[in-house]
Amino acid sequence: MNSTEASKLPEILRQYEAEILSEWLQHQLSSMKLRSSLIREADLREQSRKFLAHFGHAIRSGDDIGSSSWAEVRELLADLSRTRARQGFTPSETAAFIFSLKKPLFTRLREACGNDIESLAVEIWALTELVDTLGLLTAEAHQRSREDVIARQQQELMELSTPVVKLWDNILALPLIGTLDSERTQVVMENLLQQIVQTGAAIAIIDITGVPTVDTLVAQHLMKTVSAAGLMGADCIISGVRPQIAQTIVHLGVELGSVATKATLADAFRLALRRLGATISRTDPAR
Amino acid sequence: MAAQAHNAERLPIRAQEDVVLIRQTVRDFAKQLGMSLVDQTKIVTAASEIARNTLIYGGGGWVRIEVLESNPRRGVRLIFEDQGPGIPDIERALQDGFTTGNGLGLGLGGARRLSNEFEIVSRPGEGTRITLIRWKL
Repeated sequence: MNSTEASKLPEILRQYEAEILSEWLQHQLSSMKLRSSLIREADLREQSRKFLAHFGHAIRSGDDIGSSSWAEVRELLADLSRTRARQGFTPSETAAFIFSLKKPLFTRLREACGNDIESLAVEIWALTELVDTLGLLTAEAHQRSREDVIARQQQELMELSTPVVKLWDNILALPLIGTLDSERTQVVMENLLQQIVQTGAAIAIIDITGVPTVDTLVAQHLMKTVSAAGLMGADCIISGVRPQIAQTIVHLGVELGSVATKATLADAFRLALRRLGATISRTDPAR
Repeated sequence: MAAQAHNAERLPIRAQEDVVLIRQTVRDFAKQLGMSLVDQTKIVTAASEIARNTLIYGGGGWVRIEVLESNPRRGVRLIFEDQGPGIPDIERALQDGFTTGNGLGLGLGGARRLSNEFEIVSRPGEGTRITLIRWKL
C-alpha cells in the first residue's frame, strides 16, 4: 500500500472516531433488524468500538495487513466470526460487520478530498482493498468454525454409537445404529472383539434394529465380525432382523451361514440364556 | 407405452458419504410414492449396491433418481452412470459370487433381483450405465 503515507485515512479515523462509530453502528443495526434476537445492541456497540480502535491503531502504523501491527485486528475479527458462527449468523451476515464500515469511511474520505478526484479514487481503492481483505478473513474464520463443529460432531457420533453392553454374565450385546458401511463399522466391530477378550463373554448379541439398510457390504462386515468372535470362542446371535430386512437379504442371496438370527433382542437374549443353561422365571407378585 | 419421468434428482457419487445420501434420497422418493416398507427397503438396498459399485469399480459417477409414471403404474427409476473401465463380461459379473474386488460378489445380481426392471449397458474403456426400476405394486 504505497498510498498510506499520503493517505488521509489515519487522520480521519483519529479525528472522527466517535462519529464514524455511531454511523457504522446505525448502519449495522438497520441492516440486521431481523437478527436482533441473536445479539444484544450493547454487545454490538462494544465489539464495534473495540474494532474501530484497533483498526485506527493499525492504520496509523502504516504497516501491511499481514504484519504484527494488525494482529489484534485479525484476532478480534476471527473471534467475532467464531462467536457469530456459533450464534447462528450466516457467513454474509458475519461479513456484513466489516463491509458496513465502508460507507461511513467513504463519506468521510469524500469530504476530506473535496474536489481532488484523483486522490479520492486512490484513497477509495486502497480502503476497498483493505476492507475486502478483512471481509475475507471473517468469511474464512466463519467457515473454519463451522468445520470445527462438523468435525466435533463426527467425533461424537463415532463414540456415541459404539457401546458394548453387558446383559448378563457372559452375554454381551452390541446395539448397532445407523449407517454400517463407513469407517465407523470397523471401530464398532473392533470394540466388540475387544470387549469379548476383556470379559471372556461366551455369547455376543449383535442387534441391527437401528440399521435401516442391510446390503452386501453390511452383511459382509457382520459375517467377518461373527467369524472373528467365533475364533475367539464367542458365539454371535444377530437380532433385530425385521421382515423387510429378511426379505432383502434373501433377494441379495446372502448366506448368513450357521449364525443364529432373531427378530428381536428379547428373543436373542432368551436364546442366549438357554444356551448358557440359565432361565428367567416369573414369580407371582401376589404371593 | 410411454413412460413419463418427473421429479428427477441428480446426485454425484464421489465418496462413501454420497452413497449414504443416495440411500436417503431414494428412500424419500419411495416413501412419497407410498411404497410399502418392504419395497422401500428393496429399492434402497439395490441403490446402495449399485452406488457402491459405481464408486469402487467405476471410479465414481452420477445417479439420476426419478419418479416414473406409466399409466396406471408408478415407480422409481435409478440411472447410474460412470466413465470407468466398463464391465467386460456382464453375464459373468451378474453371477453370484463373482467379484474382481473384495466383496461378496452378490451386489450386482442381488440388485437385479431386488428390482423389477434392470439393464446394464457397458463398453470397455468407456463406462457403464445401469438402470433399475422398482414399481409400486
